[in-house]
Amino acid sequence: MGTLGSLRTRAVATVAVVGALALVAGCSSGGDSVTGGGKKDGKVTITMGLFGVMGLKETGLLEQYEKENPDVEIKAEIAGDEQTYYTALQTRLAAGDGLKDIQGIEIGRAKEITETQSDKFADFAGTAGTDHFLPWKQSQISTADGKVLGLGTDIGPMAVCYRKDYFEKAGLPTDREEVGKLWEGDWNKYVEVGRTFKKGFKGGEVAYMDSASGLFNAMVYGHSEQYYDEKGDLIHDKNPVVKDAWELSSDAADEDLTAKLRQFQPGWDPGLANGTFATAVCPAWMLSHISEKAGDANQGKWDVARAPKGANWGGAFLGVVEKSPVKEEAQKLVAWLTAPEQQAHIFKEIGNIPSSQEALQSDDVKNAESEYFSGAPIGQIFGAAAQEIPDKQVLGRKDGTIKDTFSQGLALVEQGTARDKAWNTTMERIEKAVG
Amino acid sequence: MATSTTKALAGEEPPGAPRTTGGERTARRRSALLHRLDVKGAPFAFVAPFFVVFAAFSFYPLVYTSWISLHDVELATLDVMEWVAFDNYVELWGDSRFWNALQNTLTIGVISTVPQLLMALGLAHLLNYRMRASLFFRVASLVPYATSVAAAALVFTMIFERDFGMINWALGAVGVDPVNWEADKWPAQVAISTIVIWRWTGYNALLYLAAMQAIPADRYEAASLDGASRWKQFTHVTVPGIRSTIVFTIVLSTIGATQLFGEPLIFGQGPNGITGGADNQYQTLGLLLYEEGWKNYQMGRSATVAWAMFMLLVLAFVAQRLIKRLRSRTS
Repeated sequence: MGTLGSLRTRAVATVAVVGALALVAGCSSGGDSVTGGGKKDGKVTITMGLFGVMGLKETGLLEQYEKENPDVEIKAEIAGDEQTYYTALQTRLAAGDGLKDIQGIEIGRAKEITETQSDKFADFAGTAGTDHFLPWKQSQISTADGKVLGLGTDIGPMAVCYRKDYFEKAGLPTDREEVGKLWEGDWNKYVEVGRTFKKGFKGGEVAYMDSASGLFNAMVYGHSEQYYDEKGDLIHDKNPVVKDAWELSSDAADEDLTAKLRQFQPGWDPGLANGTFATAVCPAWMLSHISEKAGDANQGKWDVARAPKGANWGGAFLGVVEKSPVKEEAQKLVAWLTAPEQQAHIFKEIGNIPSSQEALQSDDVKNAESEYFSGAPIGQIFGAAAQEIPDKQVLGRKDGTIKDTFSQGLALVEQGTARDKAWNTTMERIEKAVG
Repeated sequence: MATSTTKALAGEEPPGAPRTTGGERTARRRSALLHRLDVKGAPFAFVAPFFVVFAAFSFYPLVYTSWISLHDVELATLDVMEWVAFDNYVELWGDSRFWNALQNTLTIGVISTVPQLLMALGLAHLLNYRMRASLFFRVASLVPYATSVAAAALVFTMIFERDFGMINWALGAVGVDPVNWEADKWPAQVAISTIVIWRWTGYNALLYLAAMQAIPADRYEAASLDGASRWKQFTHVTVPGIRSTIVFTIVLSTIGATQLFGEPLIFGQGPNGITGGADNQYQTLGLLLYEEGWKNYQMGRSATVAWAMFMLLVLAFVAQRLIKRLRSRTS
């Protein structure tokens, strides 16, 4: 019994130790491919990591590509929130594991990627058929030594979305041409119209704009230099552009012209559905969000007017991971997805404005109208707004973080904190975040 | 046998060793060694998996975290580390965000733990009575615990929503002004505590219930013979009877409260969740750690917060021990 018992114990003990070691070892040895994609039996699998509504999957482009290239299979994973997506991307880049062959890059992260991760992304410089982009768009994803780490998808020219029915109740014009004229050329006039709206509006509690941060972003993004200067130094605290935007947005907050909502957070969506505000500064890509969340009940009540000044808020790129086993195929796919026809297709389907000059000139884009937004000629409005975007746009490493911090600072003002105090808090936080 | 003893005495062989051939002797020795290994070694082999896993997933991260906390290092470039010694700790000590987060952790901890444990005690007392469908109620009290933090927090976020939330709607129905649950400090902390209380009360109640059922029934009989009311029985028999379980739940809840993270993160949503509100009004230490590491990408500072949290727990328990010892000495 003794020997049998000890034999069994020994066997169990050995299994236990080996098992534990295998468990530990298992964590260090990943799969063969670092990106999930690969080639097998003549079939190519390409994985994609995307965020938000980039329109690639939503409009059926991926399926179309698979149909045209039967040996290609595409697996796209879409994260809802860009902040979460980017955090995961950073972690995976640092670990060198768990990446996708193709990764989406938001404009606010472009500089960080080009400065710190350029060796991890494939170079698109010299790829045939990629000379159709707006010149400033490709420069944003290029490194100092001329590497192009991705190709552009959409851009974010601005307009103002407004509720016609509320404007009527406030005694303001409702025609989009006239509304655009009300604030032509100056964001101050946009706020001035808000004061008139507040005085004139009869029938319930409706705020003039959704949030102070929307106005702030629109003003700041209309200039070449925002939070960083061309040398790459931080100027967020002394750039008069930022300060002006802060003051005007704070005015709007102090005078209760805003609904004190946080854009893209839960309170905002029911606000759209229930119509608690009359206007929202809207980049092109926001239209799909508004129409989806405001719902069928509000179709035809919304309209789009030209913004006081041009600006570019948002937009994205597609990059290919250097270590991808299907690098060439992935680059080919990216080039196809960002080609003028495909960009125009996405615009027609969901309203993301192309970053391709050729696509912008196409009739499909120029003549597009939005049924939801009272038949507004969004192709013309956003196309014209795209021409107003400054040719040079200086990006900085922490643009995304700084934007978020300013939004929170303005939320403080909306909650009743004195603007100087909120400004100082914001400056401290930015220093902590980027220092 | 006799010969072997004399030889042993002569010092040729160890005492007690049987006289055998060389081959047999080594075989015997091997089996003796194996036997000893079996007796002495097997227990270690059995616990080895735990310690291997512990070393890989607890000890190594702990050591590595402390190493990182002495450096300036960013998430994107983990291979570039700059030695800064204790600068991160000094900076944290002087950082108002740290003290704010510590204070919030304490206040949210208190307003979630105290009502939670009291309610759990009452609930367990009720469940301890003979009643119909007691199994149903016991299982029902565990349901919130089985719900994921994310789902619970998301539902409560909607309930506490400012413009269209159920609670503000109910307040409005009785003529009370709506409360800005997310933006104001105390309402936000109360709302977050509600999620914690909702999730953990049933779990603690079941722990108490198990302990209560171990109390001998004759104590209650004796107490009722002495004319003690139900309440008297509760305070004089039940509570002393489950004292060690109460201490255990307090320890667990304290650790849980120190690490509070998921509820406030989801309650705030997006960037506001990470910073614990626009004014950091409900940022806990766990959220501060996350903000430093996964929003600012400063891994060194993030690791420093983690160590500060760890040391706080150690401090709390040392203090608790000291108080206990002082008390037993004075009494």
